[in-house]
Amino acid sequence: MNLTKLLTSATVALGLATTAMAADKTKVGFVYVGPVGDGGWTYEHDQGRKAVVEEFGDKVETVYVESVPEGADAERVITQMALQGADLIFTTSFGYMDPTINVAKKFPNVKFEHATGYKQADNVSVYSARFYEGRAVQGHIAGKMTESNIIGYIASFPIPEVIRGINSAFIHAKSVNPDVQFKIIWAYTWFDPAKEADAAKALIEQGADVILQHTDSTAPQAAAQAAGNVITFGQASDMSEYAPYPRVSSIIDDWAPYYIARTKAVMDGTWASVNTWNGIGAGMVGIGEISDAVPADLKAEAEALRDKLADGSYHAFTGPLKKQDGSDWLAEGETADDGTLAGMSFYVEGIDAEIPN
Amino acid sequence: MDLSAINPVLLVASLMVAATPLLLAAIGELVVEKSGVLNLGVEGMMIVGAISGFAISVESGSPMLGLLAAVIGGALLSLLFAFLTQFALANQVASGLALTLFGLGLSALMGQSYVGIKPPAMSKLDLPVISDMPVIGPIFFSHDPVLYIGVALIATVWALLKFSRIGLILRAVGENHDAAHALGYNVIKVRLLAIMFGGACAGLGGAYISLIRVPQWTEGMTAGIGWIALALVVFASWKPWRLLLGAYLFGGINVLQLNLQAAGIAIPVEYLAMSPYLITILVLVIMSADKSGAPASLGRTFHASQ
Repeated sequence: MNLTKLLTSATVALGLATTAMAADKTKVGFVYVGPVGDGGWTYEHDQGRKAVVEEFGDKVETVYVESVPEGADAERVITQMALQGADLIFTTSFGYMDPTINVAKKFPNVKFEHATGYKQADNVSVYSARFYEGRAVQGHIAGKMTESNIIGYIASFPIPEVIRGINSAFIHAKSVNPDVQFKIIWAYTWFDPAKEADAAKALIEQGADVILQHTDSTAPQAAAQAAGNVITFGQASDMSEYAPYPRVSSIIDDWAPYYIARTKAVMDGTWASVNTWNGIGAGMVGIGEISDAVPADLKAEAEALRDKLADGSYHAFTGPLKKQDGSDWLAEGETADDGTLAGMSFYVEGIDAEIPN
Repeated sequence: MDLSAINPVLLVASLMVAATPLLLAAIGELVVEKSGVLNLGVEGMMIVGAISGFAISVESGSPMLGLLAAVIGGALLSLLFAFLTQFALANQVASGLALTLFGLGLSALMGQSYVGIKPPAMSKLDLPVISDMPVIGPIFFSHDPVLYIGVALIATVWALLKFSRIGLILRAVGENHDAAHALGYNVIKVRLLAIMFGGACAGLGGAYISLIRVPQWTEGMTAGIGWIALALVVFASWKPWRLLLGAYLFGGINVLQLNLQAAGIAIPVEYLAMSPYLITILVLVIMSADKSGAPASLGRTFHASQ
C-alpha cells in the first residue's frame, strides 16, 4: 500500500468516525497490557470497563485490545482505536506513555487517559492509584509474620511506581522488624506466569517466607502454596482463590468510579485534562480482607494503619528517612511531596540491592 | 552478595523443570521440520494443550488423563494446520501464524470457567532410598514423570532419525520431497504424521506449564515459549541432543539469573535478564559451525502433480 492510499483510507476512516460520533453513542477504548483473564492488573481494568457499560448502557460503546506490547505496537493499536471513532481512550500501562502522547498529538479531538504515567497534555489526562499506601499495610504484616526475616519481592520494571512500592513495603516491614531483609528479583515482565513462578521458587529456595509481587499473574501464589509455609499478598486484584493461606491480604485496584466519572465528563462535554492520584481514602486502592492466618492483634494493627492512611492522618513516607546512600531525605515528621514520589528512583536506607538503570 | 544462599542441587533440579516445556515443544517441531514442514503455530498448540490438559484433569481429577487430553488437543489443532498446508496447499508461514492466533483465542474461550481453579497435583517419582540420596536424589530421582518422558523423547527421536527406516523416510521427505515421492513414499502421509507428532509434543509441553510448573490456568500463560522453541530448533541445527543442551542452557541460565538476583550479586540486572538468550544462541551458533543446514525442502509446498 502506498502512502497516498494509506492517507486516503485514513481520511475515509476519519470521516466514518465523525459520522459514528453523530450517532450520539460515546465510544470508549481500552488498551490492555495483559489478557483480561490474568486475574490481576488487566482483570481489574476490565472490571472498570464493564462498570462503564453497566452505568451507561446503550449510550456507550466500549472496545478493548488486550495483550498489547509496550512500545511501537501500542502506538499502532491506539491510532487504530482513534481512527475507529473512539471519543475517549484509556491506555492502562506505564509503557504506553510515549505512544499515548504521540497519538494524542495527531487526534486533538479525542480524549486520552494514561494510567500510571506522568506526561500530561491538553487532551491527555494521567491517573494512578497510590498503591504504596497498600504496600505499607503489606510491609507491616510481612515484617511481623516473617520468621526467616527474609522477604522476597518480585518486581517488574524499574519504574517509579514499582520502586515506591518496594520502599514503602520495606520502611513498614523494617519499622516492626529491624532484622528484616529484602531479596528483590526484577522479572522484566508484567505478565509471564512461568517466569513469575520461577522467580517465586528461587526466592523461596533462598529462604524467603513472605513473597510480595508487583507482577500481574497469580503464579507466585501457586508457587507459595506448593512450598507451604510461605505467605503472599494479592496484587492488583484480590486473588482470593488463594485465601486464607498463602494469600493473607491484597491490594485491590478499583478503577470503576474513575472510569464512570471520566466517561460521564466526555458525554457532558466537561472533560478536561487532569492529574488524578487517589489512594485508600478515595477508594481507588482497596485492602483485601486480611485472612485468619494473620493473628488477630496484628490484623487489628494493620487495619488501624489502613484507616490512618485513608483519613490522611498518616503518610506512608514520613520522616525521618534516609536514602540508600545515607544522605538525608525526610526530616523528622516531614512527609514526601508528590513530585518526589512520582519520579522516585532511589531506594531508602537499609535495602541491600541496586536499582537497575 | 551472598552466593551461599544458592543451593546448587535445588538449582539443577529446578532448571530441569524450567527447561522441560521448551524441550517438549522443540523436539516436536524438530520432527515436523525434519519432514520439510515449517509450523509456526507451536505457541498456539502449546496453549491449547495447556487448557485441554488443565480442563480434563480438573474435571476428571486425574493429572494423567489431563496430560493425555493435552496430547490429543495439540494433535487435533495441528490437524487444522495439516489440512491447510498439505491438502489446501496454503502457505505454511501464514497458516502457522494463523494457528498461533487461533490457538490463543480458542484457549481463552475454553478457559473461561477455569480461571482461579487449582488442578489435582501430579505425583513425583519417589523411590525408596534412591530418591532420598543427597545430591543425585533431588537431581535425578525426584521429578514428575513428564520430565523423564521429555528426555526419553529426545533419545528416541535421535535414535529413530539416525538408525531406523522410519527416520530415513522422514529425512528423505524433508530433504527432497519429489525424490521421496518418486521412490513411492506417501509424502503427504509422512508429513501429516510428523505434524501431528509436533502438535502432540507441543500440547504436552503446554500442559506441563499449566499442570506442573505453574500449576494454574491463566490466559496467555505460555507467554512466548513456543517462539523460543522454534528458534531453538534452528540454533540446534535440527539435532536432538543439541536441542536438549540448548533447552537446559536456556532454562538453566534463566533460573540461575533469578537466583543470582535474589542473592544480590553485583552484575547489572539487565545483563542477567538477557543472558539466557545471549548465551544459548552463542553456544549453539558456535556449535553449529559444522554447516549442518536446514532440511532442503523446509517450508516448500508439495503436490504430486507438480
